[in-house]
Amino acid sequence: MVGILPKSKFARQEAKWFWFFIAPWVIGFILFRGVPIVASMILSFTNFSNSSARPTAFIGLENYIDLFNDKIFFKSLQVSFLYTLFSVPLGLCFSLGLAMLLNQKVPFLGFFRTAYYLPALVGGSVAVAFLFQLMLNPTFGVVNYVIARLVGPNGIIPLGLQGPGWFFDPKWVLPSFVLLSLWGFGGPMLIYLAGLQGVPTHLYEAARIDGANAWQRFRNVTLPMISPVILFNFITGIIGSFQIFTPAYVISNGAGGPAYASMFYVLYLYLNAFRRYRFGYASAQAWLLFIVILGLTIFALRASRQAVYYETPGDEKAG
Amino acid sequence: MAQQTLSNPTLATPSSVQPKSSFLRSASFQENFIRTVATIICLAGLVIVLFPIFWMFSTSLKSQIEAFKPPPPWLPNTFHWENYYDAFTTNPFGTYFRNTIYFALMVVIAEVISNSFIAFGFARLRAPGRNFLFYFVLATLMIPGEVTLIPQYVLFSKIGWLNSFKPLIIPAWFGSAYLIFLLRQFYMTIPKEYDEAAILEGASWLTIWLRIMVPLSTPALGVVAIMSFIFHWNTYQGPLIYINDNSLFTLSLGLSMFRTPFGGTPWHWYMAAALVTILPCIIVFFLAQRFFIQGIVVSGVKG
Repeated sequence: MVGILPKSKFARQEAKWFWFFIAPWVIGFILFRGVPIVASMILSFTNFSNSSARPTAFIGLENYIDLFNDKIFFKSLQVSFLYTLFSVPLGLCFSLGLAMLLNQKVPFLGFFRTAYYLPALVGGSVAVAFLFQLMLNPTFGVVNYVIARLVGPNGIIPLGLQGPGWFFDPKWVLPSFVLLSLWGFGGPMLIYLAGLQGVPTHLYEAARIDGANAWQRFRNVTLPMISPVILFNFITGIIGSFQIFTPAYVISNGAGGPAYASMFYVLYLYLNAFRRYRFGYASAQAWLLFIVILGLTIFALRASRQAVYYETPGDEKAG
Repeated sequence: MAQQTLSNPTLATPSSVQPKSSFLRSASFQENFIRTVATIICLAGLVIVLFPIFWMFSTSLKSQIEAFKPPPPWLPNTFHWENYYDAFTTNPFGTYFRNTIYFALMVVIAEVISNSFIAFGFARLRAPGRNFLFYFVLATLMIPGEVTLIPQYVLFSKIGWLNSFKPLIIPAWFGSAYLIFLLRQFYMTIPKEYDEAAILEGASWLTIWLRIMVPLSTPALGVVAIMSFIFHWNTYQGPLIYINDNSLFTLSLGLSMFRTPFGGTPWHWYMAAALVTILPCIIVFFLAQRFFIQGIVVSGVKG
């Protein structure tokens, strides 16, 4: 691989070219990431505001102390945490279940795969946020109509149940957003499907000969073999769900209501930054978000060490 | 292919020796049973998955009264195609459409060129510290965009880029970690002999990138283009922050600020506009779904 040319000169030339090719990334990182990251950390210790009403000053930890006394901030943390707690595991199970189904020899596999992926394509868009608002409307929404027809007082199974207030009822706001997120299961589903297709068939055959039933084969072959994929979906799921913004902003009309039930973390951050122009305060919020996400990711990686099976011990060399 | 070995008759014979309930336990029966149940569930799931899209379409053709009727009709009595015209004329959706196409295409061009260029460096050229730097690129994926959002906004407002697409297009020329990763994985699969042969012929690395790597990687570049297009077509937070002028709105921004002459929420117009907003995405996806799915799978499994 090293080549036919004299090594040292060639290698030095190659290294120069390497830096030439990645130069755009390095420049972009410094300009649009590196400097802003440092700036955001500094800003989080100031009362910097876009309105020039008062001079900017270092205020030490005041933003962070204020955050700890900010009831809405804690509410937003709670909302995002509960949302993650339900949407991520439910989404993982749901998409794994469907991937397992599509991994059977189902006819029209390509068609199903495409159709199931479709919602993930547009799931985070403004259009779909409006659509779910319409479908989950308590009075003229189709979901409550179907609930009434199925289990309502005059329904097929007359249990006398009524559809909830969904986005209008503080208790039902989070389940409504979880529902919206579940509709976009297609992304993790595809990744699972690829993982499932990579499980060697001879393992299943061996398990079958040993008399393992379907559940045992799932528990002892499928699950360990795709555990790295589960971990990948889990971590990307956590990161994504903590950063949810568009549906929350659109559905609550930028207010986070009712009763702050849809005040997601990033929504509150946005409101502090771009409605109240409290840039220092919002920067402190952004840094705490980074710490929360980092902490959860490290926790997930640590906790998974025993549970995840890797084919190759250690890290294969990148290159 | 995998299942064919399982339904192989030689594997099924041992169970047929046992007389009792041998048929129910036979591998081929179990296979068929599971496959049938799976197909039925898949079909049922399809109804649930596609119903919201159907509902969007159905509502977009209803009259205003039908859109608000407490038991909602499944289909409108008469198809009000004029809703599309009305929704597009009460708000300048034609302008929004043009803006979105301009914005999405400019970003796609920027991302395809820049990420292929950068990924080439990471995949094909050796230099001390390369692997460390690559892991560093991956690690930046962990930093939530919110951390850099405010200083970026301040920076762009200082240099007068507010209320334009510049803050959303120009950074795209400097690569994005996720797409660098995706393309690097692809470039790694191309035999190194191509480079060596070209070097012996006296080609520079720039020529190798442009003349060998880019033509060989058109499918992967297609994946990047499609992913980038669909993402930026739908993106909301960036335009919301940087664009104030109604004449520069993208479709998602225009849709979220839909104005009506008479107040209230005209759901039939909303859904007509919403459908037109997501339609280009769906069309692009269906035309290129094989590449698209491959791209997601590659980045997910190797990640």
